[in-house]
Amino acid sequence: MADRRLDLALRLRPYRVLLASRAHAQMQYRASFVTDILGTVGVGLAEFAEVWVIFHNVDVLGGLDFTAALLVFALSNLAFSLADMFVGHLDQLPRYIRAGQVDAFYVRPLPLLAQLMTSDLSLRRVGRLSVALVALVIALTTADISWSATTVCLILLTIVSGTAIFSALFTAAGGLQFFLVDGAEFTNAFTYGGQYAAQQSQQVFPDPLRIFWTFVIPTAFVAYLPTVAILDLPGDHLAPPWLAWCAPLAGALAWAFGGLCWRFGTRHYQGAGG
Amino acid sequence: MSIIETRDLVRDFKRTRAVDHLTLAVQPGEAVGYIGANGAGKSTTIKMLTGILKPTSGLVRTCGIDPMRDRIGVARRVGVVFGQRSQLWWDLPLRESFGILAAIHRLEPSAAAARTARLVEQLEMGPQLGTAVRSLSLGQRMRAEIAAALLHTPELLILDEPTIGLDVLSKQRLREFLVQERRERGTTLLLTTHDMGDIERLCDRVLVVDRGRLAFDGTLPGLAATVGAQRILVIDLAEPSPDLTDVPSTTLVESESGGLRQRLAFDADATTAAAVLAHVSARHGVRDLTIEEPDIEDVVRRIYAASGRS
Repeated sequence: MADRRLDLALRLRPYRVLLASRAHAQMQYRASFVTDILGTVGVGLAEFAEVWVIFHNVDVLGGLDFTAALLVFALSNLAFSLADMFVGHLDQLPRYIRAGQVDAFYVRPLPLLAQLMTSDLSLRRVGRLSVALVALVIALTTADISWSATTVCLILLTIVSGTAIFSALFTAAGGLQFFLVDGAEFTNAFTYGGQYAAQQSQQVFPDPLRIFWTFVIPTAFVAYLPTVAILDLPGDHLAPPWLAWCAPLAGALAWAFGGLCWRFGTRHYQGAGG
Repeated sequence: MSIIETRDLVRDFKRTRAVDHLTLAVQPGEAVGYIGANGAGKSTTIKMLTGILKPTSGLVRTCGIDPMRDRIGVARRVGVVFGQRSQLWWDLPLRESFGILAAIHRLEPSAAAARTARLVEQLEMGPQLGTAVRSLSLGQRMRAEIAAALLHTPELLILDEPTIGLDVLSKQRLREFLVQERRERGTTLLLTTHDMGDIERLCDRVLVVDRGRLAFDGTLPGLAATVGAQRILVIDLAEPSPDLTDVPSTTLVESESGGLRQRLAFDADATTAAAVLAHVSARHGVRDLTIEEPDIEDVVRRIYAASGRS
């Protein structure tokens, strides 16, 4: 057992060193790091302001009251900023290709995707992450929740699955950009678009869109469906409370899709000229 | 067993065929210059050898491994330097790049430290270890790139244009280091270059590629002999003189300043520089002279011309 743990530590060592070096590099420019963090706090607060303005004018929207909407906001932003911090740079792939960076990855003895994921660690996203965390704590303490081990389990499962879903979307976007020149606009529709959809009550959308955001790009599993289950809301035909427990399945399917896009992309890589 | 082997290797891009039924083999310990015009297929070949590009058809084996099946296995045994790109971390001190690469290759910390120290000493990079990579000069960066590629003591070192843009002294130091490294470890070397000096100093075998095909495979003197590359004697005369068209076994290439400086091309087999000089100085006052060796572009052009392309 101890041997196996040592083995795992050794296997992960290159990634730990790579991530530490990225963190170190960001700390070398402290002033710009601080302004970056303030910037992402600002983004988080602006997103929150939208929720606040809406519920300042209406009591209930899409079957959610303010506290429920706050929980949806918190869960979606938490998952998105975690995914963005670790793999958000995957959709910067064209930049890496132009810089010849990808060729350097190919001649190192580590998997490409793992290298790309660890090639950057956007610590500045900590700003938005902390806004989401604060919102989550407020939502969970003010909402009327019948706490149990099951609830805690569902919340943790939701955060992990949600992060996996957004990470998979970023990975898919990265894979597609191996052959979509400047395809960021197209893939943003799914990554940032998915993030926007995730922080709304699904009931505000017409059914076809809800089906899309549940079964095609499964961002409904990131926040809305779990909120229905956690707060014991009635839900509706497309959001039965039990569906929230399928979040890990949605995450796994999203990863299968992301992995396929990635494989497809790397197989079509043409090298960066020269 | 060959350390590099390709058989009928083909790579097509959208409209062009970059590599066209290329068959070649390099044995362990060889030092091979891989030359050709821009776009002849050199970089494409290297990318297929290292698993960056997938061949359209044909066979590639690097260290006996199919790079498409086991790119990581190839990466463990091969060091690669792309002259125009960096494998270092530009925003960190050089020392850290070596540390990260050692971790990536999973080297034992003590072995990594010893190997790094040795390379740093040989390449005289000690003073730059604390400098951020982006602040290194081109010559310093290129030495750092080569040290980085050799950190895991690969059997095969592939250098794509390693001396491009370097000043004479930097080139010199780099070549001396590579000679020493090969003597000590028997590392196989494959390098592409536009610099004849690299080939002369480093390589015992030359491969010339033209439109993705192998146009020549042999030694450097053999190459010069095949294409009949001519040396040129540049003679500065004491006073303006008529064109020297009557010197045996030479052709006048150019006459400048009313005949003050004349350039005579000759085949090394047909005559010698001494004979040409003797003939000229018997008739004119010679003030100064230099000999121009055939340059790589010229040799490549002649190979291409011989294979039916202008």
